Amino acid sequence: MADTSVNRPSFIALSRRPWFWAWVASAAAYGATLLLIDGGGGIDLIQAALTFAAFSAIVGIGQMFVITLGPGNVDLSIPATMTLAATLSLKFMGGSAGLILPGLVVAVGVGFSAGVANYLLIRMLRIPPIIATLSASFLYQSLAIWSNRGLRIKPPQALSDFTTGTLLGVPNVALVGLAVALAAWVLLERSTFGRWISAFGQNERAARLSGVPVEMVRALTFIGSAVLAGFTGYLLASFSGGAALNMGTEYLLISIAVVVIGGCSIAGGYSNVPGIWGGALFMFLIVSMLNSYGLGAGFRLMITGAIIIGIVAAASGRDPQ
Amino acid sequence: MHFGAVRALDGVSLTIRPGECVGLIGHNGAGKSTAVNVINGGLTPTAGTVTYRTTGTGAASARAAGIRSVFQELSLCPNLTVEENLRIPQRDLTGPGWRRRARQRIADALDTVFPGHRLQPRMTVGDLTLAERQMVEIAIGFAEGAVPARLVILDEPTSSLDASIARQLLDHVRDFCNRGGAVIFISHMLGEVFDVATRIDVMKDGRITDSRPRNEFTQQGLIDAMGHVATAPAEARKETSAAERIGDEVLRTDEGLTARRGEIVGLSGLAGHGQAEALARFFLSRSKGRRHARHPEVVFVAGDRGRDGIMPLWSILRNATLTTLPALSRRGIVDREAEDRLGADWKKRIGIRTDNMNNPILSLSGGNQQKVLFARSLASTAPIVVMDDPMRGVDVGTKREAYEMIRAEAAKGRTFLWYSTETEEVCQCDRVFVFRNGRISAELTGDEIDEQHILAASFEMKEPAE
Repeated sequence: MADTSVNRPSFIALSRRPWFWAWVASAAAYGATLLLIDGGGGIDLIQAALTFAAFSAIVGIGQMFVITLGPGNVDLSIPATMTLAATLSLKFMGGSAGLILPGLVVAVGVGFSAGVANYLLIRMLRIPPIIATLSASFLYQSLAIWSNRGLRIKPPQALSDFTTGTLLGVPNVALVGLAVALAAWVLLERSTFGRWISAFGQNERAARLSGVPVEMVRALTFIGSAVLAGFTGYLLASFSGGAALNMGTEYLLISIAVVVIGGCSIAGGYSNVPGIWGGALFMFLIVSMLNSYGLGAGFRLMITGAIIIGIVAAASGRDPQ
Repeated sequence: MHFGAVRALDGVSLTIRPGECVGLIGHNGAGKSTAVNVINGGLTPTAGTVTYRTTGTGAASARAAGIRSVFQELSLCPNLTVEENLRIPQRDLTGPGWRRRARQRIADALDTVFPGHRLQPRMTVGDLTLAERQMVEIAIGFAEGAVPARLVILDEPTSSLDASIARQLLDHVRDFCNRGGAVIFISHMLGEVFDVATRIDVMKDGRITDSRPRNEFTQQGLIDAMGHVATAPAEARKETSAAERIGDEVLRTDEGLTARRGEIVGLSGLAGHGQAEALARFFLSRSKGRRHARHPEVVFVAGDRGRDGIMPLWSILRNATLTTLPALSRRGIVDREAEDRLGADWKKRIGIRTDNMNNPILSLSGGNQQKVLFARSLASTAPIVVMDDPMRGVDVGTKREAYEMIRAEAAKGRTFLWYSTETEEVCQCDRVFVFRNGRISAELTGDEIDEQHILAASFEMKEPAE
């Protein structure tokens, strides 16, 4: 008796967390997949899930900050920025192990430049972010095509080993993704900047009148999203053995889906970091579950869509207070 | 009726007959708005009943009984036009030609209540000024509909209207009651309540503590009944302290607005003649960049809380500390203990009525939300405070406290730029600029600051006859 009276309130408190349903859904998808595969596959599945979810989580965190800014704020240039950063940085490194860190600087620099360009389009030309980032993404993608010319340049072996390797059984990229998430959590929940982003998303005018430097907040948020996209492109290309022109495509939908599944408000002002990881794991696990049940691609997409709708409905059905 | 631990209403008994205009008064958080929401069916009482002339309970039967509410927090949809906003409460406006009928009804209502208004039913509400939006909201309350208006509840209807428009409304209310309608008139402006009410009910801490016909009350008696000790007029103190308080000029704008250190400068004139825009322009020009966030030169107290002030998703505490956040943080991380201390300090200093500063801001009544916005700005170190009609919907007692606080802050060397639609507030100022058509039409000082001079400067003397 005493035991339940202690546990129940904390469970209720937990279930009211916005990220709760993303994690429940991930666990359910994991369990359902395990039913079909042998005992040894469980660990492999977790490792694969952590690895692929890490890529989604890193771009998702960038997208989350942008979406927190409120309606109309979304970064559609993430896929193209990933591709461009991956292409240029791998070309720069040319497979040489000595250039791994400078290559990272190139990737992050490409992301930074893309972020600045996005922001300038929004600020100077007063184009809505959704249009500005979409049109800019065509530019970035063209640059990537132009510089790539259909060649697939291999990453340095040491970098490739790092991105595919594990530490104590945990994939290295997952550790990187967790570190990014931790930093993002501190930024969102504990820092002045996080408060400013949330204030911006709730009421930009009121934030401005309360002394929040709104233009700086907007600039840093879009730059941050593009930097994370560039960084993810670098990691993903190294992981998959080279940059491909279509490598970013699926991350357009995923980066937005993980934000929504993670329980962040699409109307802005209200976000959380644990939900991004929960959503990222879910997006991988649901596909592997449907694969292991041997369903065709069309059916798989349909089920994925239906489940996302279900989670979002469940999450928004709960009382926000 | 209670919300969480706060008991908002406690044994309220109220009967309203046709032809009556009940003035409902009380300090902030006394339960006036809650009582109204119980009457119109928006809230279900936790104990007790509400009876209408139709049967049943709840919002639908309140509507069927002809009960209309005009809220203190403006409830129009800014993206819709005036006529479209009428459609929201009037659900019989359907089928082909509903727009034409809506246009007719709202135009008639506006013409009746506010003769000479310049509103068009096709205007988008978001483009209207605060005063115009309030006029539309009031007109919707009185407009013809499937069920004629029998009881109209006006919650702070004149808070953003200037004197001449407010007078039109009071005339209409009197007329409406003479024709057998009933009105509940909630206002902090006691003069208006005296003017229009046939009976006055005083609320205090969720109860009706006094209910008498108007002529049995005096203004002073009312203030006493509301439970705030009325202090003697502060005019004398103002005069003595002003000379030593006021220092060198600290600001000068293109319009010709000037202010000196420690001075309380008022902006007056008819509502919507460019005062709010002048303040916003000045604020925005002086608050750019990152350095400003840490050491603000000027802070802003919003009067239009929903549009300019409140962060609706946040707690009271977070709302209160938004402006001071950079000062409360080290290396970009918020020091939450210091934040809690600041919150507790200001909760005590201006009496925010809540049991926990971590409650959502929207759990507070309008006047208490306004106090939080005051705290947000005054907690900063900024030498200039800009106030855009900050006393909307604030009760008499709180207002007096705010005057004291403003004067104390001015004595410490702060400069205040204070736009107000109420003459009483403007009279608290050391110097007053009267605006007309976006320009300064007069600068008043000392004994010139009174209603007569302000009105004279507000109106163009050679106005073409309409």
